[in-house]
This record gives sequence, structure tokens and C-alpha cells, in this order.
Amino acid sequence: MAPEPVTRRMAGALTGYLERHAQTCVASLGRLAREPVAALMTIGVISLALAVPGCLYLLVQNARAVSSGYSGALDLTVYLKPGDSELRARNLAEQIGRRAEVASTRLVTATEGLAEFRRWSGFGPALDALKDNPLPHAVVVRPREATAESVERLRSALAGLPGVDAVNVDAAWVRRFLALLDVLRRTLLILALVLGAAVLVVVGNTIRLDIDVRRPEIEITKLVGGSDAFVRRPFLYGGLWYGLGGGLLAWLVVSAFSLGLAGPINRVAAAYDSRFALTGLSWPAVAVLVLGGALLGWAGAYVAATRHLREIEPAGEH
Amino acid sequence: MIRFEHVGKRYPNGREALSDLSLNVDAGEMVFLTGHSGAGKSTVLKLIALIDRATRGLIEVSGQSLARIGRRQVPLYRRQIGVIFQDHKLLHDRPVWDNVALPLVIAGAPRREMDKRVRAALDQVGLLGHEQSLPLELSTGEQQRVGIARAVVAKPPLLIADEPTGNLDPDLALEVMRLFKRFNDVGVTVVIASHDLHLIEQVGGRRIALAGGRLADGAVAHGA
Repeated sequence: MAPEPVTRRMAGALTGYLERHAQTCVASLGRLAREPVAALMTIGVISLALAVPGCLYLLVQNARAVSSGYSGALDLTVYLKPGDSELRARNLAEQIGRRAEVASTRLVTATEGLAEFRRWSGFGPALDALKDNPLPHAVVVRPREATAESVERLRSALAGLPGVDAVNVDAAWVRRFLALLDVLRRTLLILALVLGAAVLVVVGNTIRLDIDVRRPEIEITKLVGGSDAFVRRPFLYGGLWYGLGGGLLAWLVVSAFSLGLAGPINRVAAAYDSRFALTGLSWPAVAVLVLGGALLGWAGAYVAATRHLREIEPAGEH
Repeated sequence: MIRFEHVGKRYPNGREALSDLSLNVDAGEMVFLTGHSGAGKSTVLKLIALIDRATRGLIEVSGQSLARIGRRQVPLYRRQIGVIFQDHKLLHDRPVWDNVALPLVIAGAPRREMDKRVRAALDQVGLLGHEQSLPLELSTGEQQRVGIARAVVAKPPLLIADEPTGNLDPDLALEVMRLFKRFNDVGVTVVIASHDLHLIEQVGGRRIALAGGRLADGAVAHGA
């Protein structure tokens, strides 16, 4: 018999290899389908472990989007003493505007201030009940140099001017907000690590139980020459399916979370006169969630299967 | 084919299963290991299949020293041997086809060839047409024949069987032994552990009698 060409033999071997993997892959999915309740429990736990950092990520992403709209605005607001005349306010605004470190000023009269407040506070009817306008005139000052120190110097200078009641640095809340966001992001990172480890443990434990149940089968397979890799393969695919299922379900949970939050967030945005709308997970984030879940599932299965399958050998004498 | 030289096996519990056993099986032979239970028949087969390792002495199978076969090479080594057990060791949740095909699946045979070989093996043991039955739907004798089909499907040069007729009535037992004889006739080396001397008489073949973990007095340990 003429020897088969090497390329054809290699192609045949590759096809056989892929075919075996495809078969194991489908078979392990079928095995999960035969125990749907147990499989769904595991997938459910995994999905929650993935969904928590997913939801937190969503919040952080959106908070960053909000803050980026404000972070450039390091405006100072100079409040006049209540009851001071509008003319005085106009003079003060001009006086401040002449300073070298000031880029521009904008006078917000008490009336304008009230109207603006009414628009985005939602306290309209309550304000109607007021006899007098409780708001002072104010001057919004945009500094030329937007660093924390220069703004602080300008703030103390303006506070010393006659007729000035208080100076408010709007940027303070932006800075605090950004600092808070950093805390949130760090929390997200830690949570993701901890819950990722939890996924490993959950999958590992499920696979361990699965291995216990199929012990006779594993022994027989090893008896007829099944290698460690061959015996391990269905469990790795099992772990992959658990993780993938968990990731997909987590995506669903995060989507539901963002959908449920969209209404209240939009109302807050509207109240702040903002066109901000909650954005869901981006596609790359979804990919990280789903594929990350699959990878964690596979890894958990790998650790458990490698550890426990080694212990199972066809019995000699006990 | 198989060579034992001064082989000893002591189990962790202290029991000495084999002590200073030497024997030889030539390629193409059909050999019966006989003796009472505890004589060491099963131990010999377990050592050949690398289910257990000898504590002393030298074992060679097909010219390979078994002591040199590391953990990772054991699977590849086992694929050269068809093993048959008294309790069949079938996968009860899989149909007959899957059970018989297992060694081929492990070896990575192409699907078409697998089907051909599984049918051939089932045909040889007289179970063609039972591919989709579950093992428990079959009689004990039929289950044993599924086990034999699985052992021969990958055409190993060596078959070992541990009390393959232990659970069968005499007629079925003879039938199974004749089946082994047929494989031996086409060149497969067959080693069977059995205590049923009457049955062995009927089939014919060299006997190696063991007692107390060594050759029984007067036993012939080497082929002609």
C-alpha cells in the first residue's frame, strides 16, 4: 500500500482532533441540559458574582461621563450680601472682571437665580409660597488659570472684597466627586477580584462533585487507555459552559439593572437641567463580562479537574 | 510477549500477593492462570495492565520494561492491551456502541472508521444489531461479550481477562472461552485468569498454576 501523503494525514489528524473537541463540547452541554436545575443553580450563582462588579462598573462609567462634563468648569460664585442692590452687584462684577486672573464674569441677579433654581430644583410651588426672593445677587467668575491653587488664591482675594458675603468654589464638588469615584473604582477592582475568585471556587466545587458522580466512568476510561487530558476534557468544557452561561446571565442582570435605573436617573438628570442619559454596558465591556466568565469557568474546572482526576486511578487493592 | 522475573508484590496493607514469580508467555500463546482465589492470578493481570506496580523483580511486555513506563505514558501503554473484567466494567448510561467505541474515541480514530470497527467487533461477539441497547437491557453473558468487543475493537496484540466467565452458566462460559480461542487463532496473545479447570480442559491451552503468590509445585512457567 502506498503511504498516505503527509499533508493529507496531518489534515486528517487535525479534522479528527477538532471533531473530537466539537463532540466533547456538545456532549458536555448536553450533560448540563440533563440536570437543568443543578446547572442553573450554579450558573445563577456565577452570574450574580459577575453581575455585582458589572453593575458597579456601569455606575462608575456613567459617573465618569457625568463628571467629565463638569471637570473643566472651575468657576467661582461670589454671593453679595442679601438685600444689596442690583447696581452694586453690577459694579462689583465689573470690578472683578478687570482683575488679571479673571477670564470672564457673569452677573446672576437674584431674580435670574430664583428662576434658574425653580427650573432645576423642582421646588416651584414651594417657592411660589415665598413673599420675598431669599436669594442674593451673585457673580459667576471664571478664572483664567484653572488650577486648584490659583483658584484658591482668587477665592480668598474675592472673599476680602467689600460687599461680598461668601465665595463658593464650584470645583470643590468636582474634586470631591472625582476622589469618590476613585474610591468606587478601587472598590470595583477589589470586588471583581474577590468575586472572580468566588467564581473559580463555585465552578471548581461543581466540577469536583461532577467528577465524584462520574468516578466509575473515569476509572473505566483510564483502564482502556484514556489519558489525563482526554479524561479532563469534558470537565473543562463543562466549566466553560458554566462560566459562559453565568456571563450571559450576568449581562442580562446588568442590563435589567441599568433599565431599572434609567427612569430615576433620567429624572435626576432632568432636574439638574442635564441631557445626561444612563448608558448601558459598551460592547467591549459585555465581551469582558461574558468571555471573562467563560474563562473563569474554564480555569476553575481546570484546577479542580487536574487536582481530582489525578487521584482517580483504576483500583488496585484497597 | 510477557516476561516476569522474580516478581514480588506487597500491598500497602502488608499482604504479600506475589513472591518471587517468574513466568513467560510467548506471542500468539493462549495461557490460563489458575489457582485458588488469593493465589495471585488477579495480581499478575493488574501488574501487566499497570493497574498496580511490582515491588520487586522485572516485568517486560512486548520487550518494554514496565518499570520504565512513567505515569504519563501509562495510557498509551494500556492501549496495546485489551482488558476484560469479571464485572464487565461497562458505562451503564451509554449504549453498546459508545461502550465498544471508547478505546477508538480515546485513540482519536476517524468517525467512519470507528463505526466500521465497532460493527466488526460486535459481529465477532455475536451482538451485531444491539448497538443502541443499553448494557442493562442485555443479559449478563451479552454484557460480558460487549466487554470483550470493547477489548478487541482497537485490535490490541494482547488480551488479558480476569475470571471472564465467573458469572456465567457453563454453556455461556464455554461460548465465551471459545470466543477467546478464536481471537487467539488469528494471532492475539491471550492470558486468562480462571479457576474453572473443567472449562479450561474443554478449551485447551497452556496452564500456569499459581499458589500463594508463586508457581504451584510442578507448574510449567515457560512455553514449549
